[in-house]
Amino acid sequence: MSNASPDRDGGARERLQRWLPKLVLSPSCVLVLFFVYGFIAWTSYISFSDSGMMPDYTWVGLHQWSRLWTSWTWGIALHNIWVFGLLYIVSCIVLGLILAILLDQRIRAEGVLRTIYLYPMALSFIVTGTAWQWFLNPGLGLEKTMHDLGWQSFSFNWLIDSNMAIYTVVIAAVWQATGFVMAMFLAGLRGIDGEMIKAAQIDGAPAWKIYARIIIPQLRPVFLSAVVVLAHLAIKSFDLIVAMTGGGPGNATAVPATFMYSYAFSRNEMGIAAASAVFMLAVIAALIIPYLYSELREPRS
Amino acid sequence: MSAASPAARRGAATRVVLYAILLVFAVIYLMPLYVMLTTSFKTLEEIHQGNMLALPGEWTLAPWREAWGSACIGLECNGVHGYFFNSIKIVIPAVLISGLLGAFNGYVLTKWKFRGHKIVFGLILFSCFIPFQIILLPMARVLGILHLANSTGGLVLVHIVYGIGFTTLFFRNFYASFPDELVRAAQLDGAGFFTIFFRILLPASVPIIVVTIIWQFTNVWNDFLFGVSFASGDSAPITVALNNLVNSSTGVKAYNVNMAAAMVAAVPTLIVYILAGKYFLRGLMSGSVKG
Repeated sequence: MSNASPDRDGGARERLQRWLPKLVLSPSCVLVLFFVYGFIAWTSYISFSDSGMMPDYTWVGLHQWSRLWTSWTWGIALHNIWVFGLLYIVSCIVLGLILAILLDQRIRAEGVLRTIYLYPMALSFIVTGTAWQWFLNPGLGLEKTMHDLGWQSFSFNWLIDSNMAIYTVVIAAVWQATGFVMAMFLAGLRGIDGEMIKAAQIDGAPAWKIYARIIIPQLRPVFLSAVVVLAHLAIKSFDLIVAMTGGGPGNATAVPATFMYSYAFSRNEMGIAAASAVFMLAVIAALIIPYLYSELREPRS
Repeated sequence: MSAASPAARRGAATRVVLYAILLVFAVIYLMPLYVMLTTSFKTLEEIHQGNMLALPGEWTLAPWREAWGSACIGLECNGVHGYFFNSIKIVIPAVLISGLLGAFNGYVLTKWKFRGHKIVFGLILFSCFIPFQIILLPMARVLGILHLANSTGGLVLVHIVYGIGFTTLFFRNFYASFPDELVRAAQLDGAGFFTIFFRILLPASVPIIVVTIIWQFTNVWNDFLFGVSFASGDSAPITVALNNLVNSSTGVKAYNVNMAAAMVAAVPTLIVYILAGKYFLRGLMSGSVKG
């Protein structure tokens, strides 16, 4: 049947075949264009508008932005995200690398240990926050346990100390993400070419030197990926802070994400909330776009 | 395998230290889970008098029963079970639909390349990384206009839209290494777009389907930001209910009930992780390390 008119049949089919892929891709493209890029445009515009409880499209220039930058809480939020982000990224990478190197020594129970280090990753930040809030509870948690064990002078009340509360969030966040960073480094270590290492071993180089001079420099791409992923997780951190400290005591553990949420949904200051969100996006974009660009440009291995 | 094993050549003492350090870390990592579990089986009395690290002197299931069926969240005292089912109602359609869309996208972007396919992929991929604060305000309005505010349906939509980036990334990377020759041969045999996808690529996609399902399931189940922003009251997911239960300031804090509720929220993802941890790891690798 199809042999009778191969040309016409083939032509129509080919045209359909040419359009079908784009047709199949288009729903996702429409969704992403509208819900991601359209929304980014809308929020950006709102940050220059007079919006309060309801959107008001009157252009007010940098009014909301100057209110944002003069806000005391926003200053605390920026300071906190800087402290939190830096400590979180550095601790996760140092601990993750150490664990990966230790696990890479032909450990017998590697699978079990890896599972143990990694399981916190499967938990919700709300669960993690609940657990650590209880664990670090000054009255009943770690502090009391240490007292019971006879260490009467042990004191750990960071959770309710406004100068220290942000560090409790760092502890919980590091606990949750180290295993993931370890897994990244472990994969990197397994991918390293063994020739140079063998040569160095034959030359009698000590283990630490082999790691410092040969192995760790070769892990550079993993460091980069880990920093990007962790920085992006840090800037988005919201759940853990809500669950552990609720941004408190007072505003002591406010971060941009909690700031944005409270201005958007409790204080009805849409304009400032939008400005803070745009700022967060700008920081992440400055970090992610060069990274994605370099990843996508490279020939696939 | 291990590229360097200098420690293997050193004495047994080094090995002992090595194992000791790894064990200490293992204990530290397990501690919060251990404390959560044991606390959830203790009576409040024992919590106030006893040691946090001790096993329950008298095991009780009452906290679990209360957390599941009668703990007060907001004004209602029905426990977390309704919210648990909300999360299930959200997670199943959200995972399936975003996964299917991602599979099609990955297929088109690797096997039916067109001019500008890289830009399209870049635009989709960037949506994985945006801080969701940027979409909270307009999304709240759009859900209101669609009459999806405060409903599990609204959250399904949100999770599909913002899940597409990761699912597309997974499938695109997977299909990129799928031999083009097979696709071309099938085309020469007269197989069309969908035939090739369902007969040739999909049967070979089991590993990446597993990875995508685990990743999306974990992300959607653990979501808090969307839940707290777009669903309140009866339609809230389990994470929001847990937070409301734990951080409500009324009455005496029932730590044992809180921990039982936290375990209820944690069990699905923990089970998925324990059953399919290997794939979970692979998913993290292919998703985050390789662009």
